[in-house]
Amino acid sequence: MKRFLSGDEAFAEGVRLARPQVISAYPITPQTVVVERLSEMVESGQLAAEYIHVESEHSALSAAMGAAATGARTFTATSSQGLLYMAEVLTYAAGGRFPIVMMNANRATALPWNIYGDQRDSLALLDHGWIQAYAENNQEALDLALMAYAVAEDMRVRMPFMVNLDGFALTHTYENVDIPEPSEADAILPPYDAAGNCFDFDHPVNMGYSAGPEFNRYYKYWAHRDMAEAVPQVVSVVERRFEEVTGRRYPGMIEAIDCDDAEVVLVTLGSVAGLARGVVSHLRASGVRAGLLKIRYMRPFPARQIARALHGAEAVAVLEKDISFGAEGTVFTNVNSALQQAGITAPTYNFIGGLGGDNISEDHVVSIFRALQCVAAQVREQGRAAATELPRVTFLGVDSLDPEPGCGRVLGGELRDNGAGCAAPSCDGDGDSSKAQVFSVRETEVR
Amino acid sequence: MAINARNITDDELFFGHKACAGCGGSLAVRAALKVLGPHAVVALPAGCMSAVGFNFPQLCFSTNAIITPFAATAAVLSGIEAGLRVQGKKLEDCTVVGFAGDGGTADIGIQALSGAIDRNDDILYICYDNEAYMNTGIQKSSLTPFGAKTTTTPAGKNAHGCLTQKKNMFEIVAAHGIPYAATASVGYLPDFMRKVQRAASIRGTKYIHVIAPCPTGWGCAVDDTIDIAKEMVDCGLWYLAEYEGADVSGVPGGSFKLSRNPKRFEADPVAFGSVEHYLRRQGRFRALTDDEVASVVAGRDAKWEAMRRDWV
Repeated sequence: MKRFLSGDEAFAEGVRLARPQVISAYPITPQTVVVERLSEMVESGQLAAEYIHVESEHSALSAAMGAAATGARTFTATSSQGLLYMAEVLTYAAGGRFPIVMMNANRATALPWNIYGDQRDSLALLDHGWIQAYAENNQEALDLALMAYAVAEDMRVRMPFMVNLDGFALTHTYENVDIPEPSEADAILPPYDAAGNCFDFDHPVNMGYSAGPEFNRYYKYWAHRDMAEAVPQVVSVVERRFEEVTGRRYPGMIEAIDCDDAEVVLVTLGSVAGLARGVVSHLRASGVRAGLLKIRYMRPFPARQIARALHGAEAVAVLEKDISFGAEGTVFTNVNSALQQAGITAPTYNFIGGLGGDNISEDHVVSIFRALQCVAAQVREQGRAAATELPRVTFLGVDSLDPEPGCGRVLGGELRDNGAGCAAPSCDGDGDSSKAQVFSVRETEVR
Repeated sequence: MAINARNITDDELFFGHKACAGCGGSLAVRAALKVLGPHAVVALPAGCMSAVGFNFPQLCFSTNAIITPFAATAAVLSGIEAGLRVQGKKLEDCTVVGFAGDGGTADIGIQALSGAIDRNDDILYICYDNEAYMNTGIQKSSLTPFGAKTTTTPAGKNAHGCLTQKKNMFEIVAAHGIPYAATASVGYLPDFMRKVQRAASIRGTKYIHVIAPCPTGWGCAVDDTIDIAKEMVDCGLWYLAEYEGADVSGVPGGSFKLSRNPKRFEADPVAFGSVEHYLRRQGRFRALTDDEVASVVAGRDAKWEAMRRDWV
């Protein structure tokens, strides 16, 4: 059945079809609509679940964990500060191997206080043992709600699953979505069998114990092994089953669009991939060998697939709504690690945008591709040293992108007025020598 | 049938743990589980009982049990109860019970506890109160009494230990209109077990606050636990009481009742044991001056005057 739904509403429909038995959630913008719809479904009897009105996100996930320990299928949802507030419980749920599904409405983190979308909340928690997927649109969000349970609850996986929807861009934006029938959902998602990981009155168990270093290493190793090896396999099994039932096909941990012969590739995740698809298609039409690599799962991190998709690229950009202050975007770090390990030496650049709901425009994406093309050409002509002419990290809207005539950008704000030898506001360290270089290259060209 | 020393089960549901000699908390857990039986489902946050009883592979609960995040005892209990009930797995004699310390209850866990009481989830929350963060090495909690020396309220020239009074968790909980709440002491074990039994028979949220001395932190002999837990009650610094919510008691607004109310005498209007003796026998109160002891006595008298005036 087709309906015109916001991302939150679409996700709630997916959760309804998954039939969780216990829902515990605490409201936070822009997650609220999903829990409001679920509350209505519980009230009307459409969904036979216990809805626990907890007093905080910390308790939301804790209650879900308690319910999961009884073998119940559970759901919670949150966003931003709420996710950070429950962060402690994320490690409990993961270490306990409880296959809780959580929707996170990606939102900026304070301060400054900001309710709009970016991905600094979930990306800050990559190390907490949860599977993390990022939806591009509302259909994918709904479908991920169902597939998340199927993956998380698989005997080989038994891990909690966080489905991320870009705040407002998805959660509050309406699209046509196809809602599977309950019978279809049941064919995709069997009932949860918690055998071996839940309370048992005939054979009582002590769960969530403490374990000293001699045992702890094994628990962490098993979690890593299962995350790295089992999850991708199970994702592909579940997606095949999903396709057989619904006809909708998903491409696994990543989606590579036109990457095979691409000279320049943009890597991104979440809703901005929709915009990038359009740009790539326009660029292709005008003869540019552009590609898009959409990361669907940040954990487990599909390093090998990413390296395979990028192996022919001459220059790569990672566009993300995150910054690890003083370093770079976390997605960029992860992508670079994958490439380094695979021996791929194409220059890579990080573009930070969309923070606090900031717009990422088509022009931005086009400019990123232009900058990549320019760098690729210079590297071809002058060798790898020319790769430093584009800065490692660029803030969209702060550092304006100016692809002509060099590869460098016009540095924004106060930097522009600083015509002396030092381009950075504080040039006493060696942290930003590339900036200075780019700036001087450009000055030379302008003159 | 009321549980007493003669008919209590020999079955042990909490044993083989690493608690210190003379531990009052482990006694409270052991006695409560004897009352609740093997179908109890137990949740414990970070604290002494999880630290001593939950070390893989030495797991000390014969019932189903789980460790919770520190702040989340009550929330995990709510989830367990809902999960069992919605799946039809909750046995008739299954009590979902939490054991949290004073810090886990009155400090970091009070928000989740308040939330569970608000929802009136069918759980039993037992606070074993040893009056400080003992597991981490005797730091002050909001249930540490005035004058107690802890590692974060040292007794020196400027301050004689803890400067704050003990938070009144029993009445805070009762103010929610909870169906049942009680105070107890491991020094009066039959009274404690009777209250656990009573709580298990009531649907909705129940709270029991049991004093559980910690010789390690209190600075007393390890065979003094019971005696000192008794004396705290006998000198009137702790009181044994029950609160029944409106539905349980039939009294609008609920009703408070003292379980133990020593006779008053003309010559001695309080008729209690000596507060001074209780305090002076413990290392943690060593720095208290006579004036400070007198202020503790005055506080006790004021509390009893109010309870005798307002409660049944």
